Amino acid sequence: MKIGAVTFPGTLDDSDTIRAIEAAGADAVALWHGDADLRGVDAVILPGGFSYGDYLRAGAIARFAPVMDVIIDAAHKGMPVLGICNGFQVLCEAGLLPGALLRNAGLHFVCRDQWLKVENNTTAWTTRFEKDAEIIIPVKNMDGRFTASKSTVDELEGEGRVVFRYVGTNPNGSLDDIAGISDPTGRIVGLMPHPEHAIDALTGPSDDGLGLFLSLLDSVVTA
Amino acid sequence: MARVVVDVMPKPEILDPQGQAVARALPRLGFEGVSDVRQGKHFELEVDDSVDDETLAKIAEGFLSNPVVEDFVVRRVDS
Amino acid sequence: MIDSVEHAAATPEQAQPFRELGLKDDEYTRIREILGRRPTDAELAMYSVMWSEHCSYKSSKVHWKHWSANTTPEMKAKMLAGIGENAGVVDIGDGWAVTFKLESHNHPSYVEPYQGAATGVGGIVRDIMAMGARPLAVMDPLRFGAADHPDTKRVLPGVVAGIGGYGNCLGLPNIGGEVVFDSSYQGNPLVNALCVGAMRSEDLHLAHASGTGNKVILFGARTGLDGIGGVSVLASESFSGDESRTDETLDPASRSSARKKLPAVQVGDPFTEKVLIECCLELFREGIVVGIQDLGGAGLSCATSELASAGDGGMHVELDRVPLRATGMTPAEILSSESQERMCAVVKPSDVDAFMRVCEKWDVIATEIGEVTEGDRLVITWQGEVVVDVPPRTVAHEGPMYERPIARPADQDALIADGAEKLARPSTADELRAEVLRMIASPNLASRRWVTEQYDRYVRGGTVLAQPSDSGMIRIDEETGRGVALATDCNARFVKLDPYTGTQLALAEAYRNVAVSGATPLAVTNCLNFGSPEDPGVMWQFEQAVRGLAEGCKELGIPVTGGNVSFYNQTGSTAILPTPVVGVLGVIDDVRRRIPTGIGAEAGETLLLLGDTRDEFGGSEWAHVVHGHLGGVPPKVDLAREKLIGEILVAGSRDGMISAAHDLSDGGLVQTLVETCLIGEVGARVFLDPDQDPFVQLFSESAGRVLVAVPRSEELRFTEMCAARGLPCRRTGVVDPESEALEIQDVATFPLEELRTAWEGTLPALFG
Repeated sequence: MKIGAVTFPGTLDDSDTIRAIEAAGADAVALWHGDADLRGVDAVILPGGFSYGDYLRAGAIARFAPVMDVIIDAAHKGMPVLGICNGFQVLCEAGLLPGALLRNAGLHFVCRDQWLKVENNTTAWTTRFEKDAEIIIPVKNMDGRFTASKSTVDELEGEGRVVFRYVGTNPNGSLDDIAGISDPTGRIVGLMPHPEHAIDALTGPSDDGLGLFLSLLDSVVTA
Repeated sequence: MARVVVDVMPKPEILDPQGQAVARALPRLGFEGVSDVRQGKHFELEVDDSVDDETLAKIAEGFLSNPVVEDFVVRRVDS
Repeated sequence: MIDSVEHAAATPEQAQPFRELGLKDDEYTRIREILGRRPTDAELAMYSVMWSEHCSYKSSKVHWKHWSANTTPEMKAKMLAGIGENAGVVDIGDGWAVTFKLESHNHPSYVEPYQGAATGVGGIVRDIMAMGARPLAVMDPLRFGAADHPDTKRVLPGVVAGIGGYGNCLGLPNIGGEVVFDSSYQGNPLVNALCVGAMRSEDLHLAHASGTGNKVILFGARTGLDGIGGVSVLASESFSGDESRTDETLDPASRSSARKKLPAVQVGDPFTEKVLIECCLELFREGIVVGIQDLGGAGLSCATSELASAGDGGMHVELDRVPLRATGMTPAEILSSESQERMCAVVKPSDVDAFMRVCEKWDVIATEIGEVTEGDRLVITWQGEVVVDVPPRTVAHEGPMYERPIARPADQDALIADGAEKLARPSTADELRAEVLRMIASPNLASRRWVTEQYDRYVRGGTVLAQPSDSGMIRIDEETGRGVALATDCNARFVKLDPYTGTQLALAEAYRNVAVSGATPLAVTNCLNFGSPEDPGVMWQFEQAVRGLAEGCKELGIPVTGGNVSFYNQTGSTAILPTPVVGVLGVIDDVRRRIPTGIGAEAGETLLLLGDTRDEFGGSEWAHVVHGHLGGVPPKVDLAREKLIGEILVAGSRDGMISAAHDLSDGGLVQTLVETCLIGEVGARVFLDPDQDPFVQLFSESAGRVLVAVPRSEELRFTEMCAARGLPCRRTGVVDPESEALEIQDVATFPLEELRTAWEGTLPALFG
């Protein structure tokens, strides 16, 4: 079982994502933005950070990297993809997920331990959770306010594609407290909070985040 | 009522990381021939006739722009 | 007309604007003596910036004798590099070397808070990279004017956003620091930045340029007109200007003259810095760097003269090769530019191709600008003409040194005589209750969450402790769990009352904050923020502070590995409170045994108060908040006691006897109790000593005290250990997991919600 973690210039949480993949018992494969090569991985994670400084729009330049061409292809063929924070922004810019992430409502960067509800436990990345389980993992971003047209949000809500929802305080003003969503197949998931920073209570608020990585192992093995 | 446009740009000597990031991405996307990009802010203000040019300059200089690092241009646009 | 060496030699009488550049008459004369002619414009630019207070430490250097006089061979043994290098390096075991440094970016942060603070982070991070280390974490000790002053609303949010905007984008966790308000910082906030990094001991890279024929490569961002206001005078028709110079590289004398329209601030690009970090680390891994130097204040002037004087040869640099961002730059401007995100490396000719390949991979601009030569001159050419030909040591290391006049301020005695004993104290339970709520909500004691939430503390996955813990702790070795803890502290009011003792109190507090995490303190850095060195009273404070710190470190047995001095921190002629910020680094063999700050992790904990509480209120937060008073003497300092407490905490942590610990400092016992309950989200019942005044017990700021929580099963073993080692230890309460209140018997009961509202509401209300 090989899971790739992509490094763009300005990616920050790549080593943490690799640590989380390994903690779940899978082999982590470092993928480079400039190589149109997935090196035989079974799934891909786009980690957090500020790719290209996020200067134009978060994720807007990374979306055109050579590695994204092959990821978009593979995703269309069913390869599971997880976008965390900046990775989520890249997936939205690339059109693999609907909507966009805008500047936090408070206009500040926000880093805090955040309670989330897992509303869909049937995606490739959430089967290890009970439905409606409440988990605590860090959220840390500048541009985390999910927004989309009303019809898109209705569709997401109607099809159960809101995977994670903020519980308690909404840290960034996201529409309907949406923290993470999936594509219609449930194989492509994006979320703003950072499960890779919650794999050990020593360095994170909990080990709740490990569930995403373990879920993937199940889904690929059983697929 | 009039529409006033304020464009705020980083001063020429000031490093503009945003513009540079865009400029460096363009060749990778296959767009050649763009030698420089600078990124600024564009404001559109609806103001009534009592607001004079001096006030607009004050708004632009003291609030919309940071005079330490940015220049601004105020234009009245007929609406 | 290029002002070449040849031209300078032929025009000895040409007037030069050395005074506008901050040089004194005798300094200029000395430059002429060194060179045997007048300096060229480019040379004058180099000398003036490198001989500035900020770069040459000309007023403070004479006091550095205190460091060496107080460093014993045992203290030296752990140091792999010390004062004089870019940053101090200590051996922490398991083959790891850790480097850390504190630096100031005060003046730029007042002018443009966001960029000033951002580039402060960038600069300290490059200092750490210049040692060959991977930067691992940052922290920021900050001082602002009065919390409710309108200008503080401009400066603080900008500084915090700048630190976050830059540091978060670099992927470096921000693990601690300080936010302190005092009106003395109104026109001169202090923005200090600390970075810590690690490397394998064998990979230590010291800045030098050995090996004739080796290439000098400039890499990173292009060079523009950033921060060269002062030097612009050379390009102007007359020697006067109208824009204030705003960075720290020149004395105020030179701030008055600068070419108009030139940017007084540098703009940082954290994305470029992040890529530069990864690029440097790959270059280090490839083993193709002979020497490396960051470009900070004084830019290429500093980098070339430092590299050349640390090596065994000379250096030739072709300035035309430097990639520029602006047109029409003069040699003096290129040499003085403070454009950010640049590094300079010395590379063997056979490795240049490999070096360039790594830079290309990371999309980093790299340019060979010169080479190491035989001889001992730094020669810089421009358009084929020699514009600089100097002995590099005279630029970098042999600048002027002053023994500034020192005089104890005339009003010091009056200040000490104005003790805090006479201040009206609360006496009834109701008065005490109200005072507690008022104190915990005061700006210096309230929760820092509004600030620290804007910093990423999780990135890199090694943060074990961060705000609001007493120290920040990161894991260095994922296999063994070895890590380091860091704390910075300074109560400047104590320093004002008694600079010697006050600085030792800062050291004691930082030492204690590291120890309460379970780590063993190992090394010290500092950032000495003071007023004008030309004021004898300020120099008295400075001399006392340095001596206090040096002698204190000797008593504690931990060396000062480096530091930074920032003078001229004043508004008009009024100096800031003397603020020698002390940073202590400790090592912990396994971060899994770290001691957390919040109580309630174990069922059934006893609260024990270690140390002695005395009636000490001089310089206290209580006197400041309630009476606006500063006078008397600071609390007594007992470094032997601090050391003992440290040993007991480490032993207790090793044997699993301690479940939480929190130091007592600003605000006293009650502040510690409130924080430890709110962080642990659990209540407690506290019994004060019936034989001592409750007010003194709750608010005194006696040093050498820690509140520990021990599991009830370990209580006897722990108290016996304290008794055997002679450390006072008083059973002061119990954690009550069922309770949602802090109950201080015979004083008051505080529902946690009430405490939380008071403690957490202040900064959001002030800064939104």
